Amino acid sequence: MTRLALLLMTIALPVQAGEIWVTNEKDDTVSVIDADTLEVVRTYPTGERPRGITFSKDFSRVYICASDSDTVQVMDPATGEILHDLPSGEDPEQFVLAPDDRHLYIANEDDAVTTVVDTESRTVVAQINVGIEPEGMAVSPDGKIAITTSETTNMAHWIDTATQALFANTLVDSRPRHAEFTADGARLWVSSEIGGTITVFNTADQAEIGKIRFEITGVNQDLVQPVGFKFSPDGKKAFVALGPSNHVAVVNTETMQPEKYILVGRRVWHMAYSPDNSQLFTTNGVSGDVTVIDVASEEPVKTIKVGRFPWGAAMRPTKN
Amino acid sequence: MPYFKPQTAAAAAALAFCTLPASAQQASKIDVPILYLRQEAELPPVLSNLDPVPEDLGIAGAEVALKDNQTTGGFLGHNYTLQVVSIEPGGDLAGAAQAALAGAGVVLVEGSAADVLTVADLPEAQGKLLFNVASGAAALRSADCRANVLHTIPEDAARTDALMQVLVAKQWKTLALVIGPKEGDRIYADSLRQSASKFGLTIAGEKEWTFDTDLRRAATTELPPFTQDLPEHDVLLVADEADDFGRYVEHNTWAPRPIAGSEGLEGFGWTPVLEQWGAVQLQNRFEKQAERNMQSRDYAAWTAIRTIGEAVTRSNAADPATLRAYILSDAFQLDGFKGRALTFRHWNGQMRQPIAVANARALVTLAPVEGFLHQRNETDSLGMDEPESACKAFGG
Repeated sequence: MTRLALLLMTIALPVQAGEIWVTNEKDDTVSVIDADTLEVVRTYPTGERPRGITFSKDFSRVYICASDSDTVQVMDPATGEILHDLPSGEDPEQFVLAPDDRHLYIANEDDAVTTVVDTESRTVVAQINVGIEPEGMAVSPDGKIAITTSETTNMAHWIDTATQALFANTLVDSRPRHAEFTADGARLWVSSEIGGTITVFNTADQAEIGKIRFEITGVNQDLVQPVGFKFSPDGKKAFVALGPSNHVAVVNTETMQPEKYILVGRRVWHMAYSPDNSQLFTTNGVSGDVTVIDVASEEPVKTIKVGRFPWGAAMRPTKN
Repeated sequence: MPYFKPQTAAAAAALAFCTLPASAQQASKIDVPILYLRQEAELPPVLSNLDPVPEDLGIAGAEVALKDNQTTGGFLGHNYTLQVVSIEPGGDLAGAAQAALAGAGVVLVEGSAADVLTVADLPEAQGKLLFNVASGAAALRSADCRANVLHTIPEDAARTDALMQVLVAKQWKTLALVIGPKEGDRIYADSLRQSASKFGLTIAGEKEWTFDTDLRRAATTELPPFTQDLPEHDVLLVADEADDFGRYVEHNTWAPRPIAGSEGLEGFGWTPVLEQWGAVQLQNRFEKQAERNMQSRDYAAWTAIRTIGEAVTRSNAADPATLRAYILSDAFQLDGFKGRALTFRHWNGQMRQPIAVANARALVTLAPVEGFLHQRNETDSLGMDEPESACKAFGG
C-alpha cells in the first residue's frame, strides 16, 4: 500500500524537480519554494532590500540585488552561503545576465545609471547614463542589445553591448517597469505601470508596432498596472502581472490582445515558471505570498505564504 | 564628426547616434525657460519652534523636478531652465512679475489666492501657463478660476474630503471641532464642516481657541477643562493651519480621543511618510538634494514642473497653448508616486491626485478610500466636482 502510494506520487511528480526562489523586499530574505510540494523549504538571509534575482546558466550561483546594501550578492544556492559581493553601483534594483553568462547589466535606481559588471573579474566594465530611475533590464537573445527602462524619464534606452553606448531612446507610457525581448529577438516588450500599457517595438528599427491595453471588469482602470511579465515557452502567450488590480493577464502575442485575466494575490509583481513550465509562480507584494498558476488551464491552484513584500522570482532545477 | 576607426558597422552606427539627440523622433532643440514667482509672506509667530518652515519650501521641489526634466530633455534635445524671482513681503509683486514674465512661457506662482490672481490677470500673463503651487482656496477653482492657471497644490476641500472618507470608513461618525483664531483656521474649519456634511458625519460641537497662555508649560492643565464641555465625540478635529497650538492638543484632552484635521490624522498632498508606489525614490532624490524632508508645497512645485516636462516631451513643443491643450487632454498622464496617474480636471484646471491621510509616523490610507465611487474617476470624490464648480474659464 505504502509502496503503491509512493509509486503514484512519483508518477504524479513533474518530470523535472525544481525550486522557485523569491526575494522578500521587506524581510531581507529569500524564500525557497519546492516546486513539487509547493511549500517553502528554506529561507536564507540576504543583504538589505533584496529585489532582482537570477541564476547563472549552470545554476551554481544565484545573483541577488541587495538594493539598500548597494551591492549584488552572489550566493551558493546549495547552502545559502554568500560567496562574495559584486560592485553594482548605488541602489541596484533589477538586472539581467547576458547570454555570455558573464556580464550583468544592472539598473541603479537612485543614480540614473546602468552598470555593467563582469562577474568573473568582479569589476565594473562600464557605466552608462540613462534616464531617471532606471528599472527594467533586458538583453537580446543574441546578446548584442541591452535595454534599460527609466521610470521617470519614461523611455526604453537601447544599449549597444559592443560599445556600451546608447544608440536609441524610445518613449513609452508612464513609469516603465519591465522589458523583455521575444525569444527570436525580433520584438521588445516594455510594460508601463502608470500608463497601463505594454509597448511593443520592432527591434530592427526600434519602431513602435503596437500597444497592449488591459481592462478588467469591476476594477478601476487606473489600478490596472502592468509590471512584470513572462512569455510562454512556445512564445504564443504572455503572462502579465497587473499590480494592484490583483490579476495576471494572458495576452495573445500574435494579436497583442489580452484573452483572460487570472485572479492572484495583492499587488502582483514578477513571476517564474516551474522547471517543466507547467506552473507559473507570481510574487504578490502586498499580501506577502506567491500564487501558483496552472499554465494549461490558466487557473490559480495554490497560494504559498512567503516573507514580507515578495518581489523577484527565479527558478532553479534540482535533481530528482 | 571627429575621426574614428569603426570596429564594426554596428559600432559605427551606435557612435553616430550618440552625437545626435537620441533617436529620430525630434530634430530641433527646444528651450523651456520656467519662472518660479514667490510672494514671500510674514509668518505669524507660533508657540513652538520645533518645526521651522524651510526657506526653500516649494523651490526645492521645483529644483528636483528641473533635474528630472533635464535628464529626460538631454535625450530629446529639450533644454529646461529655472529662474526664481522672490518678492519681499509687501513688495511689488505685479511689477516684478511683469518684468519676469517676458522671459518665460510657463510660470509657477507661490503665494496667496489674491497673489495668484494678481499675476494671472496681468496683460503680460495672457497666453502664458501658470501653476498655482501654494493656495488651496476654493474660489480659485470656482468663480475666481482663470484659463491661464492650473493648480497642482490640492484644494483645501480635497484634503478634508480625504480625511472624512477615512473617518467614515472607520465609522467614527461624531466629531467635535476646535478652531484657531486666524483667518486660515476659519477657512480650513469651513472646509472641514463642508466635507463632514458631504460624507454624512456630524460635528456635534465647536469651540474657539482663545488661549494666549504658553502651552509648552500649561497644556496639561489648560486643555482638559477646555475640552471637557464638548459634546460626546469620536474624533476631535483641530483647525490650526498656522501650526500654532495644535501640537499641544493630542493626549491632553479630557476624553481619550484621536485628533485629526491640522494635527494628528491629516490629509496631505505629500508627506515624508509616503513610501509605497515608488515614493521612496522621490523622497531619497529630494532629501539628497534639499537635505530635508519633502512637503506638500515641494510636491506641488515638483508636479508642476514634471507636468511641464511631460507635456514638452510628448508634444515636442514649448509654447504655452500647445502645452495647456496637451495637459488638459485625455492623453496626459503623470506618474506622481501615488499609485495612480495624475491628470487635470478639465473644468477648473485642478490636478487630480490621491491624498495621503497620514499621521506623523505612517500613512493610514491613500484616499480615495475604497468604496467611494465616482462616475468619472474615483479621485473626483475628493474636492470640488464639476457640478459644484462655478468656473467658466475652461469652457464649462
